[in-house]
Amino acid sequence: MDFGTLLQMLDATVRLATPLLLACLAGLFSERAGIFDIGLEGKMLAAAFLSAAIAAVTGNVWLGLLAGIGASMVLSAIHGLASITFRGNQLISGVAINFLAAGLTVVIAQSWFRQGGRTPQLSGDGRFNPITLPFAEALRDVPIIGPIYYELISGHTPLVYIAILMVPLTWWVLFRTRFGLRLRAVGENPAAVDTAGVSVIFLRFSAVAICGVLCGIAGAYLATALQAGFVKDMSAGRGYIALAALIFAKWRPWYALYACLLFGFLQAMALRSDVIEGVIGFAVNGQLLDVLPYILTVIILAGFVGKAIPPRAGGAPYVKER
Amino acid sequence: MTEVAPAIELKGISKAFGPVQANKDISIRVMPGTIHGIIGENGAGKSTLMSILYGFYKADAGEIYISGQKTAIPDSQAAIAAGIGMVFQHFKLVENFTVLENVVLGAEDSGLLRPSLARARRELKSLADEYELNVDPDALIEEVGVGMQQRVEILKALYRKADILILDEPTGVLTPAEADHLFRILENLKREGKTIILITHKLREIMEITDTVSVMRRGEMTATVKTVDTSPAELAELMVGRKVLLRVDKAPAQVGEKTLEVTNLNVTDSKGVHRVKDVSFDVHAGEILGIAGVAGNGQSELLEVLGGYEKATGSIRINGEELDLTGAKSDGQSRRAKGIGHVPEDRQREGLIMDFHAWENTVFGYHHDARYQRSRLFMDNAAIKEDTIGKMARFDVRPPDPNLAAKSFSGGNQQKIVLAREIERNPDLLLIGQPTRGVDIGAIEFIHQQIVALRDQGKAILLVSVELEEILSLSDRIAVMFDGKIMGERMPLQTDEKELGLLMAGMSTEAA
Repeated sequence: MDFGTLLQMLDATVRLATPLLLACLAGLFSERAGIFDIGLEGKMLAAAFLSAAIAAVTGNVWLGLLAGIGASMVLSAIHGLASITFRGNQLISGVAINFLAAGLTVVIAQSWFRQGGRTPQLSGDGRFNPITLPFAEALRDVPIIGPIYYELISGHTPLVYIAILMVPLTWWVLFRTRFGLRLRAVGENPAAVDTAGVSVIFLRFSAVAICGVLCGIAGAYLATALQAGFVKDMSAGRGYIALAALIFAKWRPWYALYACLLFGFLQAMALRSDVIEGVIGFAVNGQLLDVLPYILTVIILAGFVGKAIPPRAGGAPYVKER
Repeated sequence: MTEVAPAIELKGISKAFGPVQANKDISIRVMPGTIHGIIGENGAGKSTLMSILYGFYKADAGEIYISGQKTAIPDSQAAIAAGIGMVFQHFKLVENFTVLENVVLGAEDSGLLRPSLARARRELKSLADEYELNVDPDALIEEVGVGMQQRVEILKALYRKADILILDEPTGVLTPAEADHLFRILENLKREGKTIILITHKLREIMEITDTVSVMRRGEMTATVKTVDTSPAELAELMVGRKVLLRVDKAPAQVGEKTLEVTNLNVTDSKGVHRVKDVSFDVHAGEILGIAGVAGNGQSELLEVLGGYEKATGSIRINGEELDLTGAKSDGQSRRAKGIGHVPEDRQREGLIMDFHAWENTVFGYHHDARYQRSRLFMDNAAIKEDTIGKMARFDVRPPDPNLAAKSFSGGNQQKIVLAREIERNPDLLLIGQPTRGVDIGAIEFIHQQIVALRDQGKAILLVSVELEEILSLSDRIAVMFDGKIMGERMPLQTDEKELGLLMAGMSTEAA
């Protein structure tokens, strides 16, 4: 494999890791506050559909992004209502959201656009276009560094950079602010937060809302940046891979970045089985590479690579008791 | 002369949970700068009353006055603002946060953490010097002992400028030395003019530290008296509503043959922690061996091995027969077949199935017995119920209804169901862990009598309890466990709480 191919693979890794990372950080906020969210998948899908639909109709991708975030937040609100206000089962609520999104997106897409459950192809301002960072052209011919800067670092859509900036921001919010301290506390021991005179319900809804925003961006990225339009089931299990990455990352923001890059790289490899064959000398089934994230997660959960301890109050509705 | 307004005055507080009236028209005055005890049996409504004062529950009726001012306390925020701090029985700490983060949580100065943490660090240092409340600010809660965790809870309240401190059963988890330390802290706080409300069911603590004591029974406040004017016997009677025997009445033990012989027992748990270290002891027929120790020093694992649900190395003989400690015969069923009865420490998780009926719970473990079977396939439920009615009568289980779920009974009656099941199988050796944890004084008396009666029938009894008083009054011989080892054996009449307390803290008195 030559240097150019490697750069191509890494470039694909970044593009494929972006939606995983956004969804993973979304899950991180929610689960750190004690609300397990298996509905990342459904929220991404809903956001992907609505962002593409609105971008197609208005021709403005930023309006599409807002619409996508809105769709995801509506589903988040449902999840919050079910699991915080009504103290329901968080897994069931999440699964229901996934089914709801899978069905509704196709039905509404068919009813609005009559293109077999798709949205029209997006182009021009209807989708996010790559931006070229300063000096990318100038540095292009510098050996090694030039191509890395031009191919790998520059030339992505704005959402990629937003996703990566979200990592230090998430870390800072969680570990350096009052809100972060309370959010982590409410996922570990909500009674401690309650007796300290802080509202458990407000904190958990805030976390679920942040989760909705991030999932919304992830979904919009799928339909308006990675692809040019919505197709049925286009989230393709990324919500679940993001959950796997979250466990892999032990609920920590920087580890989440590394885990998502790793899983993104595996996805990039699955797309380029010809390159893999060239390197290792025999053909590997692409589907085998697709399941690698899950296999790695199972290995983590089995305790081979250290212990992943979820937030202690995760999954349990808060009920006052003596 | 003007009268000082009470720090707290409650007028006509009532609170019901569904059909249960937890607090009935309760009025109480707590004077500033005093330690006011509230004593009562489990379920008497003490904790409910204090949770109302702390804004955790809302009262159905009644008024709260703080320093003479009528105050509404709809939530904990309002209670904190009114200068009330509460240390709950089960600590409300975030386990994987540092001490400092726990103190600051909910009382941060601003949106950013750093300045708040810095101020808290300075404040903790001055509070530590003032009240003997020393803690390590950077230690994680899960890595410090319960004594320090409790001090963190007190610091949390003081950091929020609390003038009134409520402590709910604060000594339940402490060693005697730690309890003494706590009482010194409370004395210091009182000297600084703080008002302290101490909820407990231990008469000794009330007599030792309080100025005034209020007694609750079945949701009602039955009396408020100056501590110097009362006696433990009087308080016990006020709590239960009848005369109570505080000491266990028992004849000297008629010690027989060795029933249980434990030699060089070692237990390593699933996390690889060495829990029981080279423990050897005997229990003879007709005697009660009490194992004292702070919870978590290997007693639970010892009971689990003997009961057949934890593996071990070493040797255990019962009536001279070697037990299988690791193989196919190291399970509860085989242990019961050898004549070992087991009343586990955690009756709600290990002793009973809470959602199942009382009659089902009275046969668990013995349900293969021929007399409970109609044929090879079917249980004889009618016979089991009949049997349960008899057990309930003999063990005074109330209400005597075999069709109620185990969870519908009070702690004391749940324990009687377990005791009935195990004792009536006529075991040679009875293992009994924390026999009276969460059990009312009246039921404690009954349970103790049953244990002594079994001993007098010539059975061997291994008693594990964290209540030193219970160990001292029931045991014929006492072994103290610390860090998985037996620190020493004592005869109850030749030792006292102080010496046992030292052993429980790992200090050997042998050398001295």
